Amino acid sequence: MPKLTYGEALRQAIKEEMERDERVFCIGEDIGIEGGFGGAFTVTLGLSEIFGHERILDTPISEAGLTGVAIGAALMGMRPIADVQYCDFLFCAMDQMINEAPKIRYMSGGAFSVPMVMRAPVGATARGAQHAQSVESYFAHCPGWKIACPSNAYDAKGLLKTAVRDDNPVLVFEHKKLYGAKGIRKVEGAIDASSEIPDEEYTIPFGQARVVREGKDVTILANLRMVYEAGFAAEALAEDGVDAEIIDPRTLNPFDYETLYRSVRKTGRLVIVHEDTLTGGWGAEVAAKVMEDVFDYLDAPVKRVCAPDTPAPFSPPMEEFYVPGKERIRQGVLSQQ
Amino acid sequence: MSRKTAQKPDMQPELLVEMYRKMVRIRRFEDAIHLKFLDGALPGTVHLYQGQEAVAVGVCANLRTDDVITSTHRPHGHAIAKGVPIKSLMAELYGKSTGCCKGKGGSMHVGDASVGMLPAIAIVGGGLTIAAGCALAFKLKRKDNVAVSFLGDGAANEGDFHEALNMAAIWDLPVVYVCENNLYGASTRVNKVMKVKDVAERARAYGMPSAIADGNDVLAVYECVREAIERARSGGGPTLIECKTYRRCGHSRSDANAYRDKTEQQEWLARDPLVIARDKLKAVGALTDEDSDTIEAEIDAEIEEAFAFAEASPLPAPEDCLKDLWA
Repeated sequence: MPKLTYGEALRQAIKEEMERDERVFCIGEDIGIEGGFGGAFTVTLGLSEIFGHERILDTPISEAGLTGVAIGAALMGMRPIADVQYCDFLFCAMDQMINEAPKIRYMSGGAFSVPMVMRAPVGATARGAQHAQSVESYFAHCPGWKIACPSNAYDAKGLLKTAVRDDNPVLVFEHKKLYGAKGIRKVEGAIDASSEIPDEEYTIPFGQARVVREGKDVTILANLRMVYEAGFAAEALAEDGVDAEIIDPRTLNPFDYETLYRSVRKTGRLVIVHEDTLTGGWGAEVAAKVMEDVFDYLDAPVKRVCAPDTPAPFSPPMEEFYVPGKERIRQGVLSQQ
Repeated sequence: MSRKTAQKPDMQPELLVEMYRKMVRIRRFEDAIHLKFLDGALPGTVHLYQGQEAVAVGVCANLRTDDVITSTHRPHGHAIAKGVPIKSLMAELYGKSTGCCKGKGGSMHVGDASVGMLPAIAIVGGGLTIAAGCALAFKLKRKDNVAVSFLGDGAANEGDFHEALNMAAIWDLPVVYVCENNLYGASTRVNKVMKVKDVAERARAYGMPSAIADGNDVLAVYECVREAIERARSGGGPTLIECKTYRRCGHSRSDANAYRDKTEQQEWLARDPLVIARDKLKAVGALTDEDSDTIEAEIDAEIEEAFAFAEASPLPAPEDCLKDLWA
């Protein structure tokens, strides 16, 4: 089995889906220009040479426009994979993202559907407040979007393929530190998220969380980059005598509560970790659900370890403070013991 | 930019009469709906289309069933012109389960997949990029269909207008933007919010052809749009058409029109698109007074039937609220 980076796995997923289904096409900024980047994080690099510029469609810098165009194409039976260079730019397309894509099917009484994918890189990487957010919660709040957030190359490929085949709008949040881009596009502090990718085709169904590490004392629920930080924390916690279980939800909508509850019933403790800011974050929703459904199994209040309620700062020491890391997660867990 | 006035009609008299019939259908439907709303018989609000019938009808007469339109918060005229049955349209306004959106949409989101009308987009300008996307799909699939996006003068000041027209132009998409300039965005007159005199002038900024039509003359609209549709269908790219028109009612049901100049109103109301169309049809011998009376009587009967259908239809089950989100 070849080992692929997260970015390469995403590219392979797009390539395979475009070969499988001629309705699939990519639309975004700087995705297919010769001598260009292949998207902000090289995911579509080389694809325009294979599929041509009609199916790897470069747009003006018009996020609202390209999102609306993707919606319209999806309504007419195409399978667009749109992307924005940074998730922060989704806010330029908020009308299409909130009022159009996820509502058209509902308000037409089910007559139309919008089978589109929107890919968006998240995460703080020393770029300051407007290129650093993790925005999953804004969209998790919006009925009508499915949301995937792969933490490794294997999941990235399998979830993106499922997203393309889904008949609903799907957002795929990708973390900048996981892409594994090399050379000049290398991201500082990058994490190796590469995986062995099977030769045979596979997809990953939505709504199936992954138990990353088994443990008996506490459940740590973490997504994207936080899966790795939780892993580092779990190693440290082992030395503290705490055996942590780590769960990666893989999709936020649908959310696999069953796997989470099974873990919480076993450990009696839950710490939720996300790089998205604290207040109104998706972790708050999960905490509320856990309280409603498995309260009796809890031995301690649910703890959240999240970015603070500020914009992302630029300067590295402040950014390190902002992004939940190993030590904050460890302290969060220990505060419950 | 070209200015279009109606030429001597070179079309079939049957088509002319059919267009007139559709205009009457829209007018009578809207008049009837207006009264029902004033009676409190219908929930919500409504944005009526009287006065602009020539635009919807003149445009849609050029379209095939599998061509698509996007519409606005004022969509009833577009729906009727594109062929949405008035029974299901009426039932939707009543919030009934037999409505064209099963009661999920309401007045501002009517649509019907079977006749090529997307659910109306009630966010001003929201449909413009979506229409471009429909047109992109036609292009990628090598189909000769066309998308038409109806917009008001207000939408021409939204950012989406710029992004949509630019993308449509650079990719030569088969889309026609039809701006119904009725002089007011809600209560704000267009000259207060636009430095240029004509919306159509803006097309030049995108390298797109444009035309201005008398939006109260269905023949002028028909001919102007025909050229644009033919261009789009044959791969010649998009067009922006501005139809100068006027709404006969207020912006929405609670609007008493206090902001509109009385002389302006009188001048426009005197240019009733139905009267203009009827006079032209009579002049070419395509319609008699008797025909016209018959058409009105038939339409009134259709509308009565639609009311009866809508009123007799069941309301949706409350928990149907939870259906139709996911495909």
